[in-house]
Amino acid sequence: MAHAHDTHHDGHAHHHKESWISKYVFSQDHKMISKQFLVTAIFMGVIAVTLSVLFRLQLGWNGQSFGILNALLGDRWAPNGVLSSNAYLALVTIHGTIMVFFVLTGGLSGTFANLLIPLQIGARDMASGFLNMLSYWFFFTSSVIMVASLFVETGAASGGWTIYPPLSALPDAMPGSGLGMTLWLISMVIFVASSLLAGLNYIVTIINLRTKGMKMTRLPLTVWALFVTAILGVLSFPVLVSCVVLLLMDRGFGTAFYLSDIYIGGQPLDVTGGSPLLFQHLFWFLGHPEVYIVLLPALGISSEIISTNARKPIFGYKAMVGSILAIGFLSFIVWGHHMYVTGMNPFLGSVFVFTTLLIAIPSAVKAFNYITTLYQGNIRMTPGMLFSIGLVSTFVTGGLTGIILADSALDVNVHDTYFVVAHFHIVMGMSAIFGMLAGVYHWFPKMYGRMMNTKLGFAHFWLTLVCGFGVFFPMHFVGMAGSPRRYYAYTEFPFLQWVEDLQPIISTFAIVGGLAQLLFLFNFFHSIWFGQKAPANPWGSNTLEWTTPVKPGHGNWPGALPEVHRWAYDYSNPEHEEDFVPQTVPLKAGEHAH
Amino acid sequence: MLNLLIILVLVLAVIAVFQLTRVYEYSRSIRNTREEEISHADNKLNAWLMLVWMVAFFIGTIVLYVKYGNYLPPPASEHGVNVDNLMAFNIWIITIAFFLMNGALFIITYKFYYRKDRKARFHLHDNRLEMLWTMIPGVLMAVIIIYGLITWGKMTGPASADALKIEVYSKQFDWTARYSGKDGVFGAANFNMITSDNIFGIITPDRMKVMLDSIDGDISETEAYIEREKALLSDEKIEVLEDQIYRMKRHKQRLMDLDEDQLNGISTWTAGADDVIAKELHLPVGQEVELIFTSRDVLHSAYLPHFRAQMNTVPGVPTRFKMKPTITTEEMRQELKDPAFDYILLCNKVCGATHYNMKMKVIVESPEAYAKWLESQKLFVPVEAPAAEVPATASPDTTASAPASPATAMVVNR
Ligand code: HEM
Ligand SMILES: [Cu+2]
Ligand SMILES: [Cu+2]
Repeated sequence: MAHAHDTHHDGHAHHHKESWISKYVFSQDHKMISKQFLVTAIFMGVIAVTLSVLFRLQLGWNGQSFGILNALLGDRWAPNGVLSSNAYLALVTIHGTIMVFFVLTGGLSGTFANLLIPLQIGARDMASGFLNMLSYWFFFTSSVIMVASLFVETGAASGGWTIYPPLSALPDAMPGSGLGMTLWLISMVIFVASSLLAGLNYIVTIINLRTKGMKMTRLPLTVWALFVTAILGVLSFPVLVSCVVLLLMDRGFGTAFYLSDIYIGGQPLDVTGGSPLLFQHLFWFLGHPEVYIVLLPALGISSEIISTNARKPIFGYKAMVGSILAIGFLSFIVWGHHMYVTGMNPFLGSVFVFTTLLIAIPSAVKAFNYITTLYQGNIRMTPGMLFSIGLVSTFVTGGLTGIILADSALDVNVHDTYFVVAHFHIVMGMSAIFGMLAGVYHWFPKMYGRMMNTKLGFAHFWLTLVCGFGVFFPMHFVGMAGSPRRYYAYTEFPFLQWVEDLQPIISTFAIVGGLAQLLFLFNFFHSIWFGQKAPANPWGSNTLEWTTPVKPGHGNWPGALPEVHRWAYDYSNPEHEEDFVPQTVPLKAGEHAH
Repeated sequence: MLNLLIILVLVLAVIAVFQLTRVYEYSRSIRNTREEEISHADNKLNAWLMLVWMVAFFIGTIVLYVKYGNYLPPPASEHGVNVDNLMAFNIWIITIAFFLMNGALFIITYKFYYRKDRKARFHLHDNRLEMLWTMIPGVLMAVIIIYGLITWGKMTGPASADALKIEVYSKQFDWTARYSGKDGVFGAANFNMITSDNIFGIITPDRMKVMLDSIDGDISETEAYIEREKALLSDEKIEVLEDQIYRMKRHKQRLMDLDEDQLNGISTWTAGADDVIAKELHLPVGQEVELIFTSRDVLHSAYLPHFRAQMNTVPGVPTRFKMKPTITTEEMRQELKDPAFDYILLCNKVCGATHYNMKMKVIVESPEAYAKWLESQKLFVPVEAPAAEVPATASPDTTASAPASPATAMVVNR
């Protein structure tokens, strides 16, 4: 890569002699930081999937002894190989937390915003390489703390990833509300710091560092999605911090923001006047935008991949951008749909029903546009493309059940049941994860200069798709029959027994699906070192990242920055010979830009 | 048998994973192909798999609908019927959309897989089409919103004046119901009054006196204990004890701040005497009930799936849900041909270790049976023997530990 370094020196003076530490550890190069985020997220993902398989053993075969549980968790958490109910809740909580925040927020945005924003807008790096580096190390620190909290004597946080007080505020209420919860909260504060540093950097970079000709209207949809995601994060994460800090104060300093009229541990507490509902409002003011922070990058990634591999312009680019903006805006005024049964004023509930169901419209537009993009395309079945198509299917399927949950009158009966678990896993656990995996397969050549194995990719996709639906689709019915979530067992309820025969099936799919991820891990790590060497533009893509050398050095382009002359989606343009026209190709005489 | 099958599947899965990783080696050895160039065979294979998957997915969905689509017994409440109708309406819409959209996606993907000799259509946008598919979900949403909000409005409106009010009280990990008794007024209750035999913390003048006396007793005992043992106790220990005294004083202060109220001309401190506390929730059929939920420790949620009802219970903030049960337990047993059937209230907000077992039996019966049941229940203050005994506190002399607070002392005594 030395040659890349030598040839461009315009304004970049800080990368002469890089030591191993400054290149691989405290790197300020967005591409290295992106890889750091990705590898950390994969590691966290492995932990979270493992946790889910462990607690699925209990749900599938209640009370049965499993040597592996005892071996991994020890006698305190899994005496005689049976998960204890406290340990069950701890595993569920940390599973959810890691998946939502560490894999799909830090991991997904961290990887692809870092990789793609500078490369696709034609910038040498992020606006601030230093803040970018800090953001990764904050993320790393918070990941370490979160994982460490699993090993605490009293157990990790166990109140669910939403950590509603008073449960999370009162160490007397459950063991997991002791040190484990404190660590959870500290980890989360650091995590938010990371997200804010990163988000501000992304926004500033997109606004200021676009190369010549890269108008906002020519941005690839990936960048649009990452841009709106960053804005959502910057506006909503600070609210989570205040929410968490108030909780820390209730726990440690005797305040009563969330507490009132509580009698626990054989004593009345000296707290009055607080409200647990305040927490929920603050939490979901972040929490709902958060689900779009998770989803939008995946939608952006898949738009890009679908257009490229269908060899067809994305259908309705303007509508796609408009939908992203509309979803982003609406996501701030729908948080109350998580609170229909909290005793919130029913009229307020009605307002949230209205705003929430409005989101269905831009979402439907996106789904139609994806399908129309495929229509009359010439679809190359690369692994990235398969996962993107899988994303459309899961986005549609999971989005539709959202309509039921948004309808307050219906939510009353399915709130906090497995129906909800099915819904959010299909949109987050499948759609967003598919987007992430699609992105990895698609941009792996750019990250590591090598190709991933395609055949393994096919196997990985099909197994993941089948097992994913096998796990989450039946959960709708388990939930509609009235099975609550966060239950360690259903033995106490005769009326639920008839859906219990779905549980072992679900768990089997979960185990197979979990194992299928080994294909990915193997493929990923093996290809980093032994994969086929990548060509410069393996997918015949229009965007700028493929105009760099195969392994771009610090600064991305040797020599001058590329100049942009057209939008990113000139695929199969009849005015051109090739079926793709990179953004750097000047308009022909008489050709008009789109 | 099922377990054997599952083990078999797992073993096969492991073998499959290993075999598949070997595929990797093979494809490397036939190294004249490039990873990014998807062969015609592969494009076609995946295209076909899309179709195969679609068929399997749809069949699986239909099987699940047929086998599990009848998700709950018929609604046992008046609003439940509306909720189920709304649900059926919504499920029809989303099911149709599900099949149409997924079908279109997979069929189109199949049909347009890559062929060298073809070029994709350069189709940028189509304002008419886009208008159309903004309008369609728009109109559908309007219908869903209006229908949904009408149902919501009906079920959440204020309870009628003659609704039977019942308090449902949650704590880790059980439920308790309170009926207001003959006077129709709930006695005042406060969390500072809670003892093991007064789960609700109902205030009566007698109880208040006992409570205050017992706290006074504890305070002076602890003070005497410190005085006596000063020389032997470490500074920290003394600090702990003094902190306890402070808390007991605060507790007493909070009790003394409680005021007597009047409701319907009845003092809320005397109204509690005839309240009925029950571990089962009895409801008269055909009578609107307003359930008033409170919690003493953490959030719980009273989930009544058979009545299509749910409401969180929140410490410090009473919540409500009104409904009219329409099918008695007995009738439902006949309908389901299950003599053991019972309605149930379950906790649906994670609340700790045995959250999964926090439930209360619900019994819907004829008004006569209900009245008879209520009649047979003990009143909060038994009519014959009004005075509660003064609880003895654990003597600090006998143990090195600090004196228990009045509340724990009473727990210990029961
Ligand atoms: C192997 C794949 C997975 C399996 C088998 C699985 C299974 C489960 C199950 C059974 C629960 C417990 C639900 C409950 O009792 O409330 C759960 C919770 C959860 N899962 Fe997953 N899951 C998987 C992957 C994912 C992914 C990819 C995500 C990413 C968004 C995710 C996010 C969550 C969340 C947010 C919760 C809620 C945790 C809580 O209740 O606090 N899961 N998962
Ligand atoms: Cu939400
Ligand atoms: Cu509970």
